[in-house]
Amino acid sequence: MDEQTDSANRTLRLASLLTDETVRARVHVVSWQEAVERVGELLVGSGAVETRYIEAMKLVLSEMGPYAVIAPGIVLLHARPEDGVRRPCLALMTLATPVPFGHSQNDPVDLVVALGAADKQAHIVALQELARLLMDQPTLERIRSAQDDGALRAAIDAFDAGPSLGPSG
Amino acid sequence: MRIATLCGMGFGTSMMLKLFIDDILKAEGLKAEIVPVDLGSFKGTQADIIVAPTDMERHLKDAKGRVVLIRNLVDKQEVKTKVLAAFQEVLGASSGGPS
Repeated sequence: MDEQTDSANRTLRLASLLTDETVRARVHVVSWQEAVERVGELLVGSGAVETRYIEAMKLVLSEMGPYAVIAPGIVLLHARPEDGVRRPCLALMTLATPVPFGHSQNDPVDLVVALGAADKQAHIVALQELARLLMDQPTLERIRSAQDDGALRAAIDAFDAGPSLGPSG
Repeated sequence: MRIATLCGMGFGTSMMLKLFIDDILKAEGLKAEIVPVDLGSFKGTQADIIVAPTDMERHLKDAKGRVVLIRNLVDKQEVKTKVLAAFQEVLGASSGGPS
């Protein structure tokens, strides 16, 4: 792997994508639309996407159906690069009260992830990292039970730093 | 053997599924061509097995291959069990009659 690719990959590590700006715990929403808006606002606020990306994500859901609820309680939102993505980005939000997205089996959703891909390659790396995170049961539980942004960030940082950092706390 | 992984937008969950299935097949010593596809371009795609998230089922009514629906896309065990079962089924079916 050459220097450039390696450093590109490093900048797509979860810790650099999931910053204080793009991580929120226990957000109050009453509908899936509101959930998409709120997580979208995190991406907009960080400057990573244009405002229209929020509507694009909602459109994908309403046109394609709720298949984006990829696992029980977890939705993975995204639209296309041309829908206003400025740079690869990721936002993660847990909900105070889970809301249905209309999925036949995986509702209601309590963990909302939004992804903005600027190009295919960058996207794959970010997705791999995200998939690893979502497959790590202890981390997933920590994320879902985090009561505030700090605890949520700590859960993500601990995962990103490496597996099995001593006894679970 | 050709496996299509499906998602709504062509570079999201279909890519994730492809990565999983790559690993699974490699571990089993099996070979297949795995093609990520988005729903828009799917029509007419030739594949022996089509792996998609549940709730995409209604879009796959006319699909020609063996459809595998995954409830939990980050559950490697579910993906492994279902894909390997489909793989064996397709191999078994192709040993008799036209594919």
